[in-house]
Amino acid sequence: MTDLLQSVVNGLLIGAVFALVAVGLTLIYGVMDVVNFAHGEMVMLGMYTSFFAWSLLGLDPLLSIPLAGVSIALTGALMYFGAVGRVLGKSPLAQVIVTFGLQVFLRGLAQFLWTPNTRTVPRPWAAGLRWEIGPVVIGGPQVIMAVGALLATGAVAYFMNRTRLGGAVRAAGEDPAAASLMGIDPRKMYALCWVIAGLATGVAGALLMNSYSASPTAGVSFVLMAFVVVAFGGFGSITGAALAGLLVGVAQGVVGLYAPSYTLAAALALYLVVVLVRPQGLLGTR
Amino acid sequence: MSAPTVLRRPSPARLSGPTGRRLPSWGTAALILAALAAYPLVFADSAAHNIGILALTFGIAATGWNLLGGYAGQVSFGHALYFGTGAYTTAALVRQGWSPWLAIALSLPLAALLAAAVGWPCFRLRHHYYSIATIAVAEIVFILVTNLPGLGQANGWELPVVEQSLANLQFSLLDKRPYYYVALGFFCLAALAVWLFLRGRAGNYVRAIRDDQEAAAAVGIDVHRYKLAAAALSGAVTALAGGYYVMYVLFVDPPSGLGLDLSVSFTLMAVLGGVGRFWGPLLGAWVLVFVQDVTRQEFSGSGRSVDLLLYGALIVLVSITEPGGLLAIGQRLWAPVARRLGGGRGGKAAPEPAGSAEVKP
Amino acid sequence: MTGALLRIDNLSCRFGGLWANRDVSFEVEPGAIVGLIGPNGAGKSTLFSMVAGAQRPTSGRLEFDGRDVTGWAPHRAARAGVGRTFQLMRVFGSMTVRENLTTAAFGRHSRLRDARRRADEVAELAGLGPVLDSPAASLTAAWKKRLEMGRALATEPKLLLLDEVLSGLTPTEAREAVEIVRTINRGGVTILMVEHVMEVIMPLCHRVVVLHYGQKISEGTPEQVAHDPTVVEAYLGKAL
Ligand SMILES: Nc1ncnc2c1ncn2[C@@H]1O[C@H](COP(=O)(O)OP(=O)(O)OP(=O)(O)O)[C@@H](O)[C@H]1O
Ligand SMILES: [Mg+2]
Repeated sequence: MTDLLQSVVNGLLIGAVFALVAVGLTLIYGVMDVVNFAHGEMVMLGMYTSFFAWSLLGLDPLLSIPLAGVSIALTGALMYFGAVGRVLGKSPLAQVIVTFGLQVFLRGLAQFLWTPNTRTVPRPWAAGLRWEIGPVVIGGPQVIMAVGALLATGAVAYFMNRTRLGGAVRAAGEDPAAASLMGIDPRKMYALCWVIAGLATGVAGALLMNSYSASPTAGVSFVLMAFVVVAFGGFGSITGAALAGLLVGVAQGVVGLYAPSYTLAAALALYLVVVLVRPQGLLGTR
Repeated sequence: MSAPTVLRRPSPARLSGPTGRRLPSWGTAALILAALAAYPLVFADSAAHNIGILALTFGIAATGWNLLGGYAGQVSFGHALYFGTGAYTTAALVRQGWSPWLAIALSLPLAALLAAAVGWPCFRLRHHYYSIATIAVAEIVFILVTNLPGLGQANGWELPVVEQSLANLQFSLLDKRPYYYVALGFFCLAALAVWLFLRGRAGNYVRAIRDDQEAAAAVGIDVHRYKLAAAALSGAVTALAGGYYVMYVLFVDPPSGLGLDLSVSFTLMAVLGGVGRFWGPLLGAWVLVFVQDVTRQEFSGSGRSVDLLLYGALIVLVSITEPGGLLAIGQRLWAPVARRLGGGRGGKAAPEPAGSAEVKP
Repeated sequence: MTGALLRIDNLSCRFGGLWANRDVSFEVEPGAIVGLIGPNGAGKSTLFSMVAGAQRPTSGRLEFDGRDVTGWAPHRAARAGVGRTFQLMRVFGSMTVRENLTTAAFGRHSRLRDARRRADEVAELAGLGPVLDSPAASLTAAWKKRLEMGRALATEPKLLLLDEVLSGLTPTEAREAVEIVRTINRGGVTILMVEHVMEVIMPLCHRVVVLHYGQKISEGTPEQVAHDPTVVEAYLGKAL
């Protein structure tokens, strides 16, 4: 029973990071109808940024959050202007393939520059924290990651739902032609999506360095999880992704308790069930 | 209206650009076959033979992928599942003492059935939903095979080294030409099967489904059935590659037989060479295998590899410049040359749509 | 009345809170040209989709050629003899015009040679000759509409559903298209057509059905319908 409670708590905490990774993915999908297969690689680059901020500048992962966010936001802009933006309106296949190509490219780049070895920040500040609530033990890094991720996710949701600019992004996503008649340049809004997604994944990467290690393939499991989360929350729905992230985190935590090797398999099975039975997701209406 | 045309949601009709015939003529086929047959004689060293063997083998898999992903428009990122079915079935039976020929032959209907079984629910999904579902299925199988006892788990399976003969599908590693020619034979078989499928009604039907599923149904095409048919043949062809690959390297484990990277590479080969074009996947496979081989030598020992980097860059470059792949680029470069050479016959290489569209009905 | 080719019986279709069609009933007798008119959003295309099997009715019954075809899959409806065009043209873009027609003809002819022959016949009839080898994606809207018609015809339908194949054409193009419709009809194909242009409907159609907000508000000869006060009101004073 205690184990179960512990797994649920752990799951909730990591679920917040899933949510943060997923909001960028669902944002790009919802606005541009593009699935960013390179999303996990953006997280991976965020992790490396945070790692090098520590190894070169001695910065704790918590302090490198802004740096990682900005760096990956720039990376996102580069990905948009250099590749994704150039295939809009071309064949759907080209649109799917281009982010796939980016994924391979970024992973290859990391492998080339930094070798396949894993990199860890040995003693982040958060590792010194630890709470015990009844029988449940909560580690500092987990809490820091969850709190940071929730704040960042909330910021993205706030921006999209409450600000004028966020409204413009949504308008561009719903009807690019009408939006441009209203003076909104859809392509600027698309680029903005990539910048936001970059910010979110960069922040996620830095947060993750509190307890994970960076490697060229570090992003893979996160992007697969993010697909599950995005489907679960309804493709394109930010609130949906945020809630689904927590749910999927808990599900993963619980499955991990009984069958640790099968957490990803269970999540993917969940994806299949969701898209086949309720394609609009839990909250989606489409 | 100030909205630039690029912002319109893409129509599936333009998946691989407008053009009519995509099936090869006998002349082209004979020419390519002759070149392939001559290759190991022209390039006599074992490394070149190795490249050829791998390129043909992966060319088979990518050709299988292309049938479903390129012609029928169902972009699968999980084709390693069928490659793995071929590899694992063959490995399992050969380890039991079966003839590899029989083992490979048996794996084909198995993969076809599996592809149909996966397609049955998944073909209700479209576009990205389908593509991600194929990843999910393949990854689930990958995880199961890695963890469940009975299929070698993460350690993989080795195949016994036996007497070298055509019947055993094992040859000398010093002179790899027999491996090459068997691979060529299998490639011809795969190409023929795909060509036969695409040539008649089925080929028209799957292209119609790719272009517009609703319109296809409206002219009487049983969309689901033809997707399943394409998936089954596609799966079988890909399994053929897996079966032969495992006989060549005599080893299979989850990453080399079922990995996501493998699925990705089939897609990338087809896309690089020319998706929805008959010879595209083979060309793409050849280029990728070659690039990989060259870069491996160049950077060996440093622990770094540049091949992924190059693949990725190539793919991005192809998708933003010419989604029709290297073949389309080649055709475009060749068209003016052909026009100058052939005078009146120039239109054949690149159909000119502009003139005809201006005719008023 | 047992001779009807198509019998639409209390057919309804609901999208969320919106009834795109509500309790629509009418019949189409073999050999007729029946017009289906109504203001924008009246539910005409939705009705077509239900007849063609592309949209499942919420309730009601469809009988075609003596069989209950309610809820049939679209390819089955097509095989049974329902051919249709799409209002927003949906040609097979990567194929040439000839391949488009051949693909449709394969439904009744499994051999390539026979399908090709049928395609050529249809091309002749629909006047698609000049663009036969052009990629369909490169056609103008007018040609695409004609290709839609040809492609539906190539399936050798008993009933042809034409959804605004004349709108957006120049007067000359429209006149030609009307001639094609007449020729198709003389060849024994029953036609149910959606059209906005009354000048076209009046001389062409034997009978007209009017939809408004999903419901049938009038039915009769073109003259009767044109002078029906409910119809005039539905169009809000639009000259008929
Ligand atoms: N798939 C759908 N989901 C939700 N609403 C739909 C759907 N298809 C049609 N509608 C709605 O149903 C109503 C009827 O649409 P329909 O296209 O049948 O009208 P129509 O008579 O063909 O109009 P038009 O003359 O503009 O072609 C419209 O209000 C439309 O918005
Ligand atoms: Mg309509």
